[in-house]
Amino acid sequence: MLPKVSYLNKEYGLKSWLLTGDHKRIAVLYMISITFFFFIGGAMAALIRLELLTPTSDLLAADTYNKVFTAHGLIMVFLFLVPSVPATIGNFLIPIMVGAKDLAFPKINLLSWYLYVAAGIMMICVLIFGGVDTGWTFTTPLSTHYLNTNVVSAGLAVFVAGFSSIFTGLNFIVTIHRMRAPGMTWFRLPLFVWSHYAASILMVLGTPVLAITLVLVVLERTIGIGVFDPSKGGDPLLFQHLFWFYSHPAVYIMILPGMGVISEVISTFSRKRVFGYTAVAFSSVAIAVFGFFVWAHHMFIMGISNYSALVFSLLTMLVAVPSAIKIYNWAFTLYKGSITFETPMLYAFGFMGLFTIGGLTGVFLGATGTDIHLTETYFVVAHFHFVMVGGMLMSFLAGIHFWWPKWTGRMYPEKISQLAALTTFIGFNLTFFPQFILGTLGMPRRYAAYPPEFQVLNVFSTAGATVLGIGYMLPILYLTWSLKYGEIAGDNPWQATGLEWQTQSPPLTENFVEIPIMDHEAYDYEWLERMQRKEVASV
Amino acid sequence: MQHFISPVLWQFLIKWLTNFAIFPPEASSIAPYADALYFFLIFISAIGLGAVALLVITFSVRYRQSRNPVATQIEGSTLLEATWTIIPLILFMICFVWGALLYFRIYSPPPNAMNIYVVGKQWMWKIEHPGGQHEINALHIPIDRPIQLTLISQDVFHSFSVPAFRVKREVIPGRYNTVWFEATKPGVYHLFCTQYCGTLHSQMIGWVYAMKPEDYEAWAAGSTSGHSLAQSGERLFAALGCNSCHNDTPNAHGPNLARVFGSRVQLQNGQFVTVDDAFLRDTILNPTLHQIAGYAPIMPTYQGQVTEDGLIDLVEYIKQLDSDYRIEQTIDNSASQPVQTGATPTGTSAPALPPGTVKQ
Repeated sequence: MLPKVSYLNKEYGLKSWLLTGDHKRIAVLYMISITFFFFIGGAMAALIRLELLTPTSDLLAADTYNKVFTAHGLIMVFLFLVPSVPATIGNFLIPIMVGAKDLAFPKINLLSWYLYVAAGIMMICVLIFGGVDTGWTFTTPLSTHYLNTNVVSAGLAVFVAGFSSIFTGLNFIVTIHRMRAPGMTWFRLPLFVWSHYAASILMVLGTPVLAITLVLVVLERTIGIGVFDPSKGGDPLLFQHLFWFYSHPAVYIMILPGMGVISEVISTFSRKRVFGYTAVAFSSVAIAVFGFFVWAHHMFIMGISNYSALVFSLLTMLVAVPSAIKIYNWAFTLYKGSITFETPMLYAFGFMGLFTIGGLTGVFLGATGTDIHLTETYFVVAHFHFVMVGGMLMSFLAGIHFWWPKWTGRMYPEKISQLAALTTFIGFNLTFFPQFILGTLGMPRRYAAYPPEFQVLNVFSTAGATVLGIGYMLPILYLTWSLKYGEIAGDNPWQATGLEWQTQSPPLTENFVEIPIMDHEAYDYEWLERMQRKEVASV
Repeated sequence: MQHFISPVLWQFLIKWLTNFAIFPPEASSIAPYADALYFFLIFISAIGLGAVALLVITFSVRYRQSRNPVATQIEGSTLLEATWTIIPLILFMICFVWGALLYFRIYSPPPNAMNIYVVGKQWMWKIEHPGGQHEINALHIPIDRPIQLTLISQDVFHSFSVPAFRVKREVIPGRYNTVWFEATKPGVYHLFCTQYCGTLHSQMIGWVYAMKPEDYEAWAAGSTSGHSLAQSGERLFAALGCNSCHNDTPNAHGPNLARVFGSRVQLQNGQFVTVDDAFLRDTILNPTLHQIAGYAPIMPTYQGQVTEDGLIDLVEYIKQLDSDYRIEQTIDNSASQPVQTGATPTGTSAPALPPGTVKQ
């Protein structure tokens, strides 16, 4: 039996959803809108892969192709990857995990969703009224002086989406600082919370720089202020500095929350505390801090001084180390565990493999000498997708499956979702691994047409994308099915230790009947056992 | 075999087997060095990934619930964690140092390199050889000789990439970037624009023809426009009236330009700078930016009056002004002869305008 009263049925009607202050309902709203944009971005990806099936630009004209990859990038980065885990899973779980009734600023949380929707509608309008072909990077002076498309409105859409992200980050920081339950010290926080804290700092400090940069692009385009225009004494490289000052930390905004999911999942399904909690927690913070000082590794070939390339290469190598620490700590969490292989765990294993490849190929690009040959080719495309799709999307799917019983009170069907996880993994590798080889051969990115010797590998890639597409469609179908027909989950189907599992599924609007008192470490499976044997009081 | 599968698939397989590459040719002196680091990176990646895979698979088999029903809680291990902090750190530091050595080599042209100018524009590459050979989307070079490219864009960002040489350089409006290479094998290699530059980005490709020195000489002799870049620059210099101030007379308003290239000059603010291509280009377009000490800031800007090709001609001319005699000769020539407009590819169609100036 599902609980009689929960956040889902406390109130009914559209108004009770659209004007809600409940972080869980806002998370649901976010989940629906993000899924919508994921499939729009995915449709763009499908068009890209179909076009690249043949060497000539036959399915799409060059201009259309440019608009399609721009839309794919803008939607996937700003409307899917950045908010994906934090605004949905994080929004739902951060207050529960710290033992609070809600986020610190529920109305700002709702405002954040409305800004997201506004940005989404603006982006859809940009597409409907002719699209934009700057690439998601808005490179000047192409974007400011040479294109006739909807650059200004696309820039404003990203600007608005940025504020939605700032508000989410702000809310998390204040909540984690001020609203932890009694006994919930910093080092008792689940690692999911630590990684969201690190990502929130990046959101709050980095996103304003993106906003400033986009305003400058808009001003340059409309009234020609000339900050980036060399004929007016401006510097076109300045745009690159400003843009990557946000956009490199942004990849950590995207990946850190995903890493939080992986920590929870791996611990739960090996029934063992995370190996080296402190190291994993601080590696998140280290990634956030170092992440701010590596931006110019996107510019090694652009004519920055050789010595500054040296500094940024060194810092890039340093930021790779905390990621390596995390991966090996997760691997050793399995040691002497009691491991089962439910869907979230399969996705987590997929994450570990693909993120490791993504991270290590980042070292190819961080080493200045090899970067010269590999940058701006499909090697970068493959690297980025291994981290963002192989890493982030895998962890997002792991998280959705893992907390699905908590969100809905019902289980997803296990066998078919394991099949979907496997399909995704195979499809992903078939899609993106050939792109490493293409990049090494020198195939440039963002080409609507390419020399015929690159075709074979592109055919593999497109075939893989088809498999990947099926892998993404399956969860939509069976998760929707499970809303009505899934087994009743109960409070703690995975026997996990987090506070979110000690309350009912789906939770009450106030999350807990009474505010919990935390008297044990995170991932304390012995406490869980004693509590279940009623030897100690529940939280 | 082809009777059992569809003809289309058969053709595809044949194409695959005959036209399948997984590694680009190594055609420059730097390529083997770049590839050595690349393979080292693959090697350490394989070890890193292999270690993760080995741990995950071994533990998954050994400690699966059916075999190990109760987990043993372990806090962590400082020793182990230090191991997988320090080993990756050392490996990454090796990559950093190795990569930096390679990087400095690729971006530090040797002094004896032969200089070729490259102007990127939407959507073509214009190549200007000092001998007056002008090419579009093609670059002819001799092998076994260091070639330096001085690159500039006249509109948006482009990027000049020759995968077979393992070199790439962003081509930026408003500043000269350089890159160099030494081709080792005669052949024809792809030349790509790798920075997205608008509609026909994917058509901004060409070929590099690496030729034996004797073949190159023959090509160069047969393809010249008849005017070297410096000669075109000399005519432009006179046509723009540069020599009315830069003329080495006692009352000249501007500095004497003979032997100025490569020298160190003092600016109004006391700073010393070395005169290079970029300095010359900047002072033509934005004279007051680097005001030379001892001269009044009276030089007008030539922004918008000279094309990038014209600026290259001027820079080449000033580079070759190695004696006062040359500049005097320029003055004599311009005084005695009307400006001749040759039919060079850099020229404009309007006969009244010398090549290299912008149509007003």
